[in-house]
Amino acid sequence: MYILSIISMYLIPALLFTILVVAIYKKVPAYETFVEGAKDGFQLAISIIPPLVGMLVAISVFRASGALDFLLSAIQPVLAFIGVPADIVPLAIMRPLSGTGALGIMSDLIRVHGPDSFIGRLASTMQGSTDTTLYVITVYFGAVGIKKIGDALKVGLLADICGLCAAIFFVMLVFGNM
Amino acid sequence: MINWIWMSMLIIGLVFAVFTGRMEEVNAAVFEGAEQAVTLCFGLISILVFWLGMMRIAEEGGLLLFLSKRLSPVVGKLFPEVPKDHPAMGYILSNMTANFFGLGNAATPMGIKAMEELKKLNGNTDEASRSMITFLAINTASITLIPTTVIAIRMTYGSANPGEIIGTTIAATIVGATSAILIDRYFHWRRTRLGRVR
Repeated sequence: MYILSIISMYLIPALLFTILVVAIYKKVPAYETFVEGAKDGFQLAISIIPPLVGMLVAISVFRASGALDFLLSAIQPVLAFIGVPADIVPLAIMRPLSGTGALGIMSDLIRVHGPDSFIGRLASTMQGSTDTTLYVITVYFGAVGIKKIGDALKVGLLADICGLCAAIFFVMLVFGNM
Repeated sequence: MINWIWMSMLIIGLVFAVFTGRMEEVNAAVFEGAEQAVTLCFGLISILVFWLGMMRIAEEGGLLLFLSKRLSPVVGKLFPEVPKDHPAMGYILSNMTANFFGLGNAATPMGIKAMEELKKLNGNTDEASRSMITFLAINTASITLIPTTVIAIRMTYGSANPGEIIGTTIAATIVGATSAILIDRYFHWRRTRLGRVR
């Protein structure tokens, strides 16, 4: 754990250092090249705004209208039947849709149940083990202007389900049942 | 597909609000959602500008080419359509490395650059290529070594051992990423079998 945090602390400075040393060795005009490349960054950030606004508005409308809660209450009994605790279901559904939404639910679960409870550990594992599929698709495809996304969403969501199930399995295996 | 999901989230939400009487909340949600998105993008500007500048130096210095040549035998298997010494491979690898160490801020610009290169390889169409879908699937599964945010939240709420979930998180991540790759392969196989090669 200690070594890992040292590595992640030094990784970015080491990367910057390596890039600059190589630039000196290869006689690349570093500053001019930096400015040239950095120009793209602004354009890129601006080009993500339209898809992200569209997606986040849709998600917050869906949530605020109570439709998400209704969906959850419909699914909960089914999942409870296979042994998934009902409290975790909102997080599992929110995780692929909204990163900040999932983070909010996760902190709330940990606050209510305690970080070292079964629910607390499960929520932590779920939050850490997968990324927000809808956000990744919106940002990456939005930035380069991909309109026909093919099977990307299906692949992403199915993989999320596998990851979430794996989280439940491993937490039960390592920390015991409930 | 994404069009369909987007429309149904909005339409279902709007209709639902009539029955639950939460029109006021929905009104607020429209503006909150939009504001959230713009704030997020503005936060990205600083990171994108800096990293894309640094990555340009790395590219000109031949560092990306070096990285992609060394590691492409392994990762190249996942992206059979990307030529071995193409810059796309360098960006894909930098993105995966940054994600692995939990450096999401550094990972995003490299991921976008990788997507750009993959788009060029695909003749600049607005359709997602096979490699793009594979790359996206790996990214959504996010292979992370240390979930820093989660550990920080656990610390805040007084966990006896905030880091105890690292093991289960890595195990779940590996299963998620492996299934992402397998599911991606399956869908590709299904597409080619149907005769739509892309």
